[in-house]
Parts: sequence; C-alpha cells; structure tokens
Amino acid sequence: MRPFTMNVVQDMREQNVLALEHAKRDNRKVVGMYCAFAPQELALAAGAIPVSLCGTRHEPIAAAEKTLPRNLCPLIKSSFGFAITDTCPYFRLSDFIVAETTCDGKKKMFEILREYKPIHMMHLPQGTDRPAAVTWWLKELKILKERLEENLGVEITRQNLRGAIKLCNRERLVMKRLHEMNRLDPAPLAGLDMLTAIWMKGFNVDKEDGINQINQLIGEIEEIAASGQSPFRPGTPRVLLTGCPVGIGSEKVVRLVEECGGAVVCFESCSGIKTMENLVDEDEEKDPLEAIAECYLKIPCSVMTPNPGRFELLGRLISDYQVDGVIDLTWQACHTYIIEDVNVRNYIKDNFGISSIQLETDYSNSDLEQLKTRISAFIEMISGQ
Amino acid sequence: MHTVGLDVGSIMTKAVLLSDDAWQSVVMPTGYSPREAGEQAFERLLRECGLTRGDIDVIVGTGYGRVALSFIDKAVTEITCHARGAHYLVEGTDMVIDIGGQDSKVILTDGAGNVTNFIMNDKCAAGTGRFLQVMANALGCDVSELADLARGAEPAQISSMCTVFAESEVISLLAQGVGKDRIIAGIHRSVATRVAAMAERLGQGNRITFTGGVAKNEGVRECLVRELGLAIITVPESHLAGALGAALIARGKAKITPAPPCRTSNIGE
Repeated sequence: MRPFTMNVVQDMREQNVLALEHAKRDNRKVVGMYCAFAPQELALAAGAIPVSLCGTRHEPIAAAEKTLPRNLCPLIKSSFGFAITDTCPYFRLSDFIVAETTCDGKKKMFEILREYKPIHMMHLPQGTDRPAAVTWWLKELKILKERLEENLGVEITRQNLRGAIKLCNRERLVMKRLHEMNRLDPAPLAGLDMLTAIWMKGFNVDKEDGINQINQLIGEIEEIAASGQSPFRPGTPRVLLTGCPVGIGSEKVVRLVEECGGAVVCFESCSGIKTMENLVDEDEEKDPLEAIAECYLKIPCSVMTPNPGRFELLGRLISDYQVDGVIDLTWQACHTYIIEDVNVRNYIKDNFGISSIQLETDYSNSDLEQLKTRISAFIEMISGQ
Repeated sequence: MHTVGLDVGSIMTKAVLLSDDAWQSVVMPTGYSPREAGEQAFERLLRECGLTRGDIDVIVGTGYGRVALSFIDKAVTEITCHARGAHYLVEGTDMVIDIGGQDSKVILTDGAGNVTNFIMNDKCAAGTGRFLQVMANALGCDVSELADLARGAEPAQISSMCTVFAESEVISLLAQGVGKDRIIAGIHRSVATRVAAMAERLGQGNRITFTGGVAKNEGVRECLVRELGLAIITVPESHLAGALGAALIARGKAKITPAPPCRTSNIGE
C-alpha cells in the first residue's frame, strides 16, 4: 500500500516553482545551492529562500557537452546544462548561488558558470583531521556571510542565525525520522518513494510546510506499518545504497533494484541520511557560525581525505537497517567516489561479511539491460538463490 | 522429472533438457529475435527428445534474451546459471570465467555452485566474443578458425581494447605485412589480458572453469593461463554451462512453488 501523501509529495516540485515565483514577486530573495556543504542556515538568516538546483537529469547533458568535456561526471554536466539552457526554474529564480570547491570538476565548472549568475565559491578544506580545518571553514562561512549581506542588501544577525539553526535542525530530525521508518522489516515505504520524499526536501520554499508534510507522511506510514502492510514481500533482500548523489531523473538504479526483487531500505548518499545525521549545536553560549561550521564539516563526502566518517556511518547503518547487501553507485568520472569504493567494499567485507557491488554508470538509459543483469545477479546472490 | 534451461545469448541460443542424470542440448543462432530463437530452440529440443510441452515440469530462462521469453516459469541471470552449470560440469569449481557474445564475467563461487561475488565488463565489447568476431571479419576468416590459425605464433602487439580502434589497428598491422597468425595471437592475448585483469580484481580461484562460447577458443584459454599463471579447465560442453545451470535451477524450483514474477514499480518521473 502506498501512502496517499506520496501523491502530494510527488507533485510538489511544480507547486514549489509557483510558490517561488510568488515569493520573488513579494521581493523575497532566493539563494541557489548545489551541494550539501552549502550552509542553508546562512541563506535563511539573510531572509532568503535556500533552494537546491537541478542536476539529476540526463536531458541537458548534450547541451553541456558543447562546452564541457564528455569525460566528466553526469552530475556536473547535468547541473551546467540545466543552467545554460535555462531549463531549471530554480536556477533562473536564484539571486545568488553558493558553490563549493568539492571536486576538481565542479570547481572548474563553476568558473564557467560565473558568466550566468553571481556565484560565490566556498573553499572546503581537503580533510577534517588537521587542527586548522574547522578554523579555515569558519573563515569561509564568515566570507560567505559578508557576500550574502552585500549581495542581498541585508544584515545576518546572530539571532536570525539561531532561528535558522533551530528550523534546519527540525527539518533534519523529521527527515531522519522518515528515513528511519524503513528500519522496519519488511520496509513500509518503497525505496523509490523514500528517495522522492527526501529529494523533494531541497526544493521546499517554506520549510515549515515541508516539515508538516513529512510529519503527515510519517503518520500514514506508521498506520501502514501497524497494519502489517508493505510494498515488499516478506524476505525481500534489503539493500543499502551508498556513493554518489541520486535524485529523481537519476534514480534508475533504485528503480531497477526494486523491479528485480530487492528493496532499497537505506540511502547513505548526500540526498539521504548522510546529511540528516548531524545537528548544528543550538547552545546559546556558542557562536552560531562556529556551530554551523562544525556540523557541516562532519559530512562524510569522498572529497575529504581521509574520510573515516563514511565508514563509521556505513557500519552503523548496515546494522541498524539489517541490510543484506550494499550497492556503491558511482557516476562515471567521479574519481573520489570511484576510488574510495575499493576501501569501502573491503571494509564491508571484512567487518560485516555481507556482499556489496559497485555499479558505475551515468544518467543515460544506454546500459539499462546490462545494469539489470548485474543487479538481478546481485539480488539472486544475496537472497541465496 | 524433466526440466529445461534456455540460454538466449546475444549470438547463440542454447537449450538443455535435464532428465534425472541425463541431459540433451540444442544450439542455434539467436538472430534478430530473441523471443523466436528461444521458442524455436525449445520446440526443437522437445522434438529431438520426443517430448511435448506438457512433459516439462519447469522451464528457466537465462541470457540477455531471458526477458523476451513469455513461456518460461522463471528468469534467472546468466551469472547465477553459469556458476551452477560450471559446478555441474567441473565439480568443485570456485571461479568461473565466462566469455560470451557481448559480456565477459568472472564469478567466484563457494565451490558448490553458489555465487559469492562477480564482476562483469561494462557495456563495451572489449574482451568478448563480439570482439573476436569483428576481428575475424577484418581478417577474412571464421571465428571458429582463429585458434588453429594462431597456433604457435608470437603475438603481435595490439594495444587498443576498444573493438572499433582495435579493428583499425589490425588493418594497419596487415598493411605493415605482419602475419595473420601473429595478429590473431595478439587478438587472443588482448581478450585474455582484459579478462585476467577482471579476475585478479575479484580474487583468486583454485579451480577455474572457463565457460561461454569463447571457451571453445584454445588460443584464448592458453593466453589466460599465461596471464593468470593458473590452470584453467574447459570441457567440450562449456558453451552450454548457462543453459545447463538454468535447467538445474529449474529442477530445484520444481520442488517448491515458483516465486511470483518481479514487482514493477510505478512511480512517475
């Protein structure tokens, strides 16, 4: 049984665009963001609306390849293609864009994208194990704060920051609660629905509305679970998805896993639990910017070296979600995730004795049949057929 | 009890009838319609064995064309089937190297026919039967003659893994007057290098069985032995491992109720 609220959630994207246009008419400012490292609290404290920008569909890639090299990850090409073809309404409506030096491909792409919108580039440290890493990142947040103030013509106060921190924490908590519904076996929500719900969060114009909607969805899922219903048959193998970011438009692996008899019960990727796990410290004694800096730097992305947080998180999730197998999805030419796969899969094999597979693909449908064979064989293997 | 395994590959379709301990097979080209090839191979197998559809307890389909077959009881991937079939052909197999028409795979098993890990080439034809076929065409010979033509020759250097680029490389080697035998030996080595890298990435096997159509090519097998430094077993029925595995899985299914088909998700864009 599918929760009714999912129909509403699924259609939110178009409504959000309308809401954003209305907000713009009322002189609200919009800050576009590409990555989980972009601190939403700062945009909110500036009275602006933070939104995620498009980058999960195949369609604009051909346009991007007129400028960018073909041998680049589809996420970068899609993001760039959406922007230059004016097919992402969120990009069009953005007054200011926050970018980060995550991977080499992204940071150089942003240099070209500067022609189209005012972009501020935040410099991430290379890792978190140096004493100066947090100090560096805090300085970067201060620079971003100044840039936002200049560009949006506002002052970001400590009080507004504290309010924004509380709001974002509440959003993280509710998203985490939603995600944790699938700790149940059998999972009460299809993985594809879970992905839709957590991905849609980034496009919410009003976070309070979004939180209410997710609470409603959780209520419905609780009822479904209480009545013993599930979209999956008992014994369906439970899969954890890790690796590169996935969204609607690039959900083919999630779709295939569930078509081939598996259930994606946990999303470790950026769109998933990775960014819901840590809360910003709400302690009134603490400098809010420092609290934000500490929280965001804990995101265990493969651009960090070393990246122990990802292993620690994966270990916890494998147990908490009673996972039967792990799929490490890496987009073609995403060097950091592709290379980190070796250590990730060895770690899983050595510590948990469960199977894992790396799937390297792009946003196109050209390898659907090949992927299907790999995924079916993986499902057959973990279900002991 | 009679079960049937149908392996609809990209080039050849293989059908195996398993009756207690005896088994019989049919092999025919797949052509353009995997559905028709599957049906025809099945009909021919029944005819040759003097059986009717009603005599067959369970049919399992495998190979890339498995999804096109409407009359089968279950579709199982060729990875699971090759592991099972290889173990039946060569008992105790713990690593299967399967090189078919459009895929090459290395499969690790528990020594009893169950998959524990696998790796498969990406959507490119490098290191597959198709690669050999294209090269045979460029050299004006049949793919079945390659092994004999290359016997004892020192392999020419072929650096391209890509089928299209390798073909141009072969043509320039011919223009330079390099002997056909050396070129073919080079082609064999190229396939083996590619597949050996996959095997080494996966781990080590102690009893390696080579299956799929390309296992018929002794030249590729010899190159694999050289690349891996390990013994590699092939049997005359190696190309039937997938269909045989499917028939064995079908036999297992006959004892339990067949599982319902895959659920299809319905979320929109």
